Amino acid sequence: MHPLAADPINRRLLDEHQRGFPLAGRPFARIGAGLGLSEDEVLARFAALQAAGLIGRIGAVVAPHRAGWSTLAAMAVPAATLAAVAALVGSYPGVNHNYEREHALNLWFVATGRDRAEVQAVLAEIARRTGLEVLDLPLEEAFHIDLGFPLRWT
Amino acid sequence: MSGTPLFLDATDRALIKATQAGLPLETRPFTAIAEALGLPLQEILDRLERMRVAGAIRRIAAVPNHYALGYRANGMSVWDVEDEAIDRLGRKVGALPAVSHCYRRPRRPPDWPYNLFAMVHGRERAEVEAEVTKIRTLLGAAARAGEVLYSSRILKKTGLRLVD
Repeated sequence: MHPLAADPINRRLLDEHQRGFPLAGRPFARIGAGLGLSEDEVLARFAALQAAGLIGRIGAVVAPHRAGWSTLAAMAVPAATLAAVAALVGSYPGVNHNYEREHALNLWFVATGRDRAEVQAVLAEIARRTGLEVLDLPLEEAFHIDLGFPLRWT
Repeated sequence: MSGTPLFLDATDRALIKATQAGLPLETRPFTAIAEALGLPLQEILDRLERMRVAGAIRRIAAVPNHYALGYRANGMSVWDVEDEAIDRLGRKVGALPAVSHCYRRPRRPPDWPYNLFAMVHGRERAEVEAEVTKIRTLLGAAARAGEVLYSSRILKKTGLRLVD
């Protein structure tokens, strides 16, 4: 494990603030007050975690289909063209997640846009440019309790 | 999905876009966003809170990089679950701690027979497999078939963002 992730205070920063980042004028001071740290130290710890790649941005996680449309798409891409097709798919600004998976359907990505028609147009364009079928698997119902992912440390 | 439907106006959308790129790591990050958008700080905070309560924003958070934190195995388990049972069972699967996302999606026969997706995280594949066994037991005979798709490479990951 990365030494920064092993630090007990960093673990609390990662675990407890996945859900409720304070909506306040000085949020880092408020986080520090809960942990007995100064505002500067909280900022320095977040900056170090970010620099080490252990966290990405601190930002808003938006709910699907509330402020636009998104879908999960899958393609069966021949191995010889996978890199080229993945690069093409990733070049669309609305594509957020692009994973290679061990399956006949080996390329998976999330496509987003303003509405369903815009997303479907992107999938159709990818199908046309690659000559491959693109499966459109939009979310119909979410079942998980979205509390952020609890990290288990031991 | 919780809360009541909310109409997002142009300011809400601009605010989501400004925050989802990442809050600046400085003492007054929301003030920086307020200044960039030409709005008072309190309005920024009120709008974010309203969108959070209404469910348009799930959370404002430091997004952990599971892979860098040691969760190297991520398995997308997929199941063909009887339509009559999927809502009841989907909620149970979604409540398992190792399941970060659990969705009903359409089947696309013949290529894709599965309608339940449960994303399972673990530090290694054996840990993911143990969790998948729990899911299989929970689903029982209502699941006609299932498999786990492991990711072999992350080609692009930026999180769900608004685009326009």
